[in-house]
Amino acid sequence: MLNDFVNQFWPATIDGLAFGSIYALIALGYTMVYGVLRLINFAHSEVFMIGTFGAMFVPFVLGISSPLTGIALVGIIVAMILAGMVASAGTAMALERIAYRPLRSRGASRLAALISAIGASIFLQELFALLIIPKVFNRPQQGRIPMALPRLMERTELFSIFGHSVRVDQVLVIVAAIGMMVALDALVNRTKVGRGIRATAQNPEAAVLMGVDINKIVRMTFLIGGGMAGVAGALYLISYENTNYFIGFLFGIKAFTAAVLGGIGNLRGALVGGITLGLVENYGAIFFGSDWKHVISFSILVLVLMFRPTGILGESLQQARA
Amino acid sequence: MRPKSARLGGVLAVGLALTLGLAACSDGGGTDASPEAGSSSAAAGSTIKLGFMGDLTGANAGIVIPPRNGAKLVIDEYNKTNPAVKVEMVEYDSQADPSKAVALAQQAIKTDKIVGLIGPAFSGESAQVAPVMEEAMIPSISASATNAALSANGWKYWHRVLPSDSVQGPGIANFIADGVGSKNAFVIDDKSEYGKPLADVVRTTLEGKGVKLTNDSLDPAESDFSSVVNKVVAAKPDAIFFGGYYAAGGVLLKQLRDKGVKAKFLSGDGSLDKGLIDGAGAANAEGALVGCPCYIATPDVTDAKVKAFADAYKAAYSADPAIYAAEGYDAATVFIDAIKAGNTTADKINAFIGTVDFAGVSKQVKFEANGEVAAKDIYIYQVKDGAIGLLGKAAEAKLG
Repeated sequence: MLNDFVNQFWPATIDGLAFGSIYALIALGYTMVYGVLRLINFAHSEVFMIGTFGAMFVPFVLGISSPLTGIALVGIIVAMILAGMVASAGTAMALERIAYRPLRSRGASRLAALISAIGASIFLQELFALLIIPKVFNRPQQGRIPMALPRLMERTELFSIFGHSVRVDQVLVIVAAIGMMVALDALVNRTKVGRGIRATAQNPEAAVLMGVDINKIVRMTFLIGGGMAGVAGALYLISYENTNYFIGFLFGIKAFTAAVLGGIGNLRGALVGGITLGLVENYGAIFFGSDWKHVISFSILVLVLMFRPTGILGESLQQARA
Repeated sequence: MRPKSARLGGVLAVGLALTLGLAACSDGGGTDASPEAGSSSAAAGSTIKLGFMGDLTGANAGIVIPPRNGAKLVIDEYNKTNPAVKVEMVEYDSQADPSKAVALAQQAIKTDKIVGLIGPAFSGESAQVAPVMEEAMIPSISASATNAALSANGWKYWHRVLPSDSVQGPGIANFIADGVGSKNAFVIDDKSEYGKPLADVVRTTLEGKGVKLTNDSLDPAESDFSSVVNKVVAAKPDAIFFGGYYAAGGVLLKQLRDKGVKAKFLSGDGSLDKGLIDGAGAANAEGALVGCPCYIATPDVTDAKVKAFADAYKAAYSADPAIYAAEGYDAATVFIDAIKAGNTTADKINAFIGTVDFAGVSKQVKFEANGEVAAKDIYIYQVKDGAIGLLGKAAEAKLG
């Protein structure tokens, strides 16, 4: 057992970091919306799903089906990430406009928004299964069948740790995800929009009195959170090369868990929570078998919340230094 | 079968399926001369209904469409002869969800009044639907459900036209040990009602043959199997068996090959679909071996009956017969033969099924008292140049 752990430690760490980074990027969307609106956006899982299809659309339209190299490879990756961001951010803003704002402006309870989110989530899943995948991606009768991305990036080994190879796609996911989070952290802490977001999170009424346009800030929050989910979708697709209309479900639950684990409402907490969850899942699987992965991650969540009810980092967006 | 189908989204789909199903039966109802076609013998010039149930649009529809096409072929051929009693095939898209399947079965019995059912396609839904059919006393013949426990329930109206996993498992395991010559195997299952028992039978047989064994399970709803792959890398096996469906199998195979695992990859009938190659990528899938209690004719087949079937299938669907197409054809042939012999009620048809013994396309079709088919051959298929081809019977197949 211990021997297994030693043998599998490094590959599990690398896979855990790569998957954890994707969890973390999605978790940002949950945590930002919660920080600003005190609302769990359960349709965020579908924002991620649409991001994967947005990214899929680029090679599909260009008709690329073999591995690329050099500048063409960089170009397609950037294009896929951008397409994922546009698709996801657009979906997130549409959700805000259609599913949440009408409720918010009428002063409906948060429970109503929750139901609205679940409804929107099912609507989007079925929209893709019944219409978008068969029609846009030209797969009639196959809306519910997983769709594979042709290999665009060869799986070359970049370097190795103690004899375990680290592939270029894994490094891409980790580096890109952490880069996006550093950029987001700077945006929230250093810019005017970021100050508006923090102010709204701290005290919406006072923020209005100080001249903050709350509706604009809420839109920005959905835009940024959606964009991050789009990046996650594109990175996931490039690395794991398949998606389906239901892919958001597990990712949504896991990313929400990551957000709570790190401390919901806390941006850096999303990163810590995501990476922790990714690692714990993979380490736990070594000991108990891969079918115990979900049990392990949720047991850790319960344990952490018992001793630190506010999550690992605890401090939330509201209390962040201005 | 798949836990993901038990989710929220399913609710909506059920509603939709029911609506569509109702719409479909109201369309076909006009030709139904006898109001109680299911229980009374139909008058001349009337139409009776056979059902086909399976995952027609879900993630694993690739292994349900061919038997549906095979069955449809028989019924269309029969109706073309302008018989006194026409047969209509009603399709029930269960999406492999047992709860959906039961609702559809009730609809088939009460509203559509079918006299026989081809299906359900998968084992999980079969376990739930068979008791309902048993109570309604309507015969069913599945062309693809292979769970071994199904025949141990004492059902009188349930049949399947292919051998079970208790035959398939040892067949594949013996091939792993003898045909492949494995000394160190890694067995993975997907925890489903189909994959887990099949993998368990493979495990027991391999252990009995003195093959070193390592095990793991995966959740087919996931798309990252890296923890399984890392275990495989650490165990350094020379053969890997996956008990599960092709959707997860393809992704697993790709992730194994991406991590440099060169061991032979084997799977069961649930992975015998082009989807395995699509999911893994042609280069990764090359050489993968799939066992199956089903018979898929290769283009160079010589047997006249099989060739005629393959040609008719190709003419109707512009595709070569794929997995279970021959079994679907044979299952429908049993029902049509019963109707040709003048049996138009569920009870008479069931009695007729017990007596059949004819050379079908897939095998000699003859049922044992528990509903199992008498022939017990397992075939091994191999992916070659991006296509699945027949290698031979499991007991005789040799790696090229």
